[in-house]
Amino acid sequence: MRPLPSGRAGFHRLLRAEWTKLRTVRGWVATLATAALVVVLLGVTSAAGSHASCAGAGGAEVACPPPVTGPGGQAVTDKFFFVHRALTGDGGITARLTSMTGRIRKPDVTPGERNLVAGVVPWAKAGVMIKAGTGQGSAYAAVMMTGRHGVRMQHDFVHDRAGRPGGVSPRSPRWLRLARSGDTLTGYESADGATWTRIGTATLAGLPRTVRIGLFATSPGDLTVTQGDLGGSVAAERFTEATGEFDHVTVSGGTAGDGTGDGTGDGVRAWREDDLGATVDPGGSVHHPGRAARSGDSFSVTGAGDIAPAVEGTTAERPLSGALAALVLVIVVAVRFVTAEYRYGLIRTTLLAGPRRGRTLLAKALVLGLVTFAATLPAVAAAFVVGGRLLRSNGNAVLPVPLSTQVRVVAGTAALLALAAVLALALGALLRRSVAAVIAAVVVIVVPHVLATTSVLPDGAARWLLRLTPAAGFAVQQSVPAYPQVVAHYAPIAGFYPLPPWAGLAVPAGYAALALAAAVLRLRGTDA
Amino acid sequence: MHPTIEVTGLRKRFGRTLALDGMTFTVRPGQVTGFVGPNGAGKSTTMRVILGLDAPDEGRALIGGRPYAGLRTPLRQVGALLDAGALQPGRTARDHLLWLAHSQGLGGRRVDEVLEQVGLGPVARRRAGGFSLGMRQRLGIAAALLGDPPVLLLDEPVNGLDPEGIVWMRGLLRSLAAEGRAVLVSSHLMSELQDTADHLVVVGRGRVIADTGVAELIAAASRGRVTVRTPARAEAVPVLGRAGAAVATGDGDTLVVSGLPAERVVAVLNAGAVPFSEVAAYRVTLEQAYLDLTGGAAEYRGVAR
Repeated sequence: MRPLPSGRAGFHRLLRAEWTKLRTVRGWVATLATAALVVVLLGVTSAAGSHASCAGAGGAEVACPPPVTGPGGQAVTDKFFFVHRALTGDGGITARLTSMTGRIRKPDVTPGERNLVAGVVPWAKAGVMIKAGTGQGSAYAAVMMTGRHGVRMQHDFVHDRAGRPGGVSPRSPRWLRLARSGDTLTGYESADGATWTRIGTATLAGLPRTVRIGLFATSPGDLTVTQGDLGGSVAAERFTEATGEFDHVTVSGGTAGDGTGDGTGDGVRAWREDDLGATVDPGGSVHHPGRAARSGDSFSVTGAGDIAPAVEGTTAERPLSGALAALVLVIVVAVRFVTAEYRYGLIRTTLLAGPRRGRTLLAKALVLGLVTFAATLPAVAAAFVVGGRLLRSNGNAVLPVPLSTQVRVVAGTAALLALAAVLALALGALLRRSVAAVIAAVVVIVVPHVLATTSVLPDGAARWLLRLTPAAGFAVQQSVPAYPQVVAHYAPIAGFYPLPPWAGLAVPAGYAALALAAAVLRLRGTDA
Repeated sequence: MHPTIEVTGLRKRFGRTLALDGMTFTVRPGQVTGFVGPNGAGKSTTMRVILGLDAPDEGRALIGGRPYAGLRTPLRQVGALLDAGALQPGRTARDHLLWLAHSQGLGGRRVDEVLEQVGLGPVARRRAGGFSLGMRQRLGIAAALLGDPPVLLLDEPVNGLDPEGIVWMRGLLRSLAAEGRAVLVSSHLMSELQDTADHLVVVGRGRVIADTGVAELIAAASRGRVTVRTPARAEAVPVLGRAGAAVATGDGDTLVVSGLPAERVVAVLNAGAVPFSEVAAYRVTLEQAYLDLTGGAAEYRGVAR
């Protein structure tokens, strides 16, 4: 008899064996391929069937303009009333804000009669700004008073830093100052114009030598969310405007090109007004125009709109809706991959080949996860890219997101499917029955997502479902984040998840790890 | 590794049933050891314990001095056939062996070798779900042989085989033992082991009743009896009785004589002028020996150890 070949039971051998097992059952391969196909087909067909158009001059349908994007590549809202002049080189602006008022349109009491009440919405803004130009989406930094969030320094739409809280009144005015030195803009505030506190700095790379500097006011729509009759919620937004009263306005630095000296001096020509991003009605008049008035170094500026990242619109992850259907197929394969071993008694053969049971089950889970990821990643990427193109060519204003976010959404979706597969496999190993395990996996992953993102549950309950159940992993698909400085209906039904993307994905990963650990314990502790 | 299986003091209880009650025996290399006993005697449980599938409440089972779970590439040390029906129906015979081979660092070539060896070469790429019981049994044997192991445990390997298959299996088992392997073959039918086993471990109610060589067992059960074929049975009985023998009537014209060796029987019959055509040592079948053994188990308990 010849001597035994020596060898070590390497983990890689167990991996290879499980891979051979998986690929040699035609039904499983076909189901995984179908899952990939479902992702692509559902994504592409839903994108192909989604058309949008906007009303052009005279009410004609025209293609919607592409969304305004900020320096960071995100879609932004850049709509405000700006009173500004040129600043060349270094310099700054100082102003004292003595009051901030506004009007909010409430639901009409008498039909046809506009019901405007006095008031300022929490994120109404009035303050000083330096901006690369008057083009929408151009770089800027601003120091401002807000309706209910005190003084803030913001720049380039997504960055927000808090100054002192509190309000503003003629008796307790707020002094605001913004100074430019090269690409660095520094914001200050003061209660008396003598003692200044630095709020923060912003670096605006590539800021041109001559920029626009001045005063602004804007006010986002008033959002009301009401509980729907059949669960879910209805969000409505109504017009508001805000007015800031400024005095002691001084502009220092290179304003010579304007024909003015130190900026306190006059030159009516020097100050210009722009209603940035104002909507022009089909008739040609400006919808909700802003306005400004000036007397010496005192200004009154009124505006409507917002300077903030845009969070509403067609999102980039929209073509990935097929992932949910694919998930069900992936669950079926994952469960069968392990329950078939029990059904046909193969588990004993498997344990004879790999008697270290924990390692054997881990190898199985790892192979399934990797195969699911590899099989679905190209499909998710294809649906994302092709679906996105179709949406745009059909006139949809898809909210642009940075490449890194696109990669995270695509890879994260494939990772979510892989984690769900591992969780389903672990449930299969625990329950040892296909039907029971498939139902359990669908109940913990698919059902919570469906409940939370359709108008069934109140927003609060939906958010808790998406924190506590493995469905939290869908957060990885959210391409547009929720910004604290933007009031919006950040509900699951609108595609906003309560957890950040990776934290969300960590939830199903945690469940998968727990279930797998329990399955290993059960496998170790019982006779096969 | 010295190819042996050592089972020491295995005890295992399933609920209220005591499945193993101090099971102890050793399987040595170079011979086929038959593992026999009625259904429910604990054969399969013992095999599962040896293979690390079931945990005993007490005792231990070692293969080449190590527990199964401690074996690196276990299929290269131990080949086992437990349940030939344990197959994924959608997987081909070759793919079934291929994943096993991959788990042990073996490749497709070895798979093709064992498929030829068990005669499944022509159906290697057919789905195992369509296999007959005999084909499944051959595939199970192929899986056991895959790692060319020095120790083999086969649970009822002849089940479902046609007569040709049974002959093939016997030859295979004998040749595996002749190569120096330790081969443990369980069966609930003693007749299946008649021409195969060299050694027997007979079990009942979870313990070993006899652990003995096949030849010794048959000799012991035959108890030195002699058969006499004679046309004159009526005359032969008193003649032999006077010589001190106990005589029983056998089938047809035979008598079974005990208490006298064959030479004395011939001499007594000649002296008495009783005609006879044949005097031979009486050989019980293995099955009869086994029935003897399990019928009067107490007499034999511990005899061979």
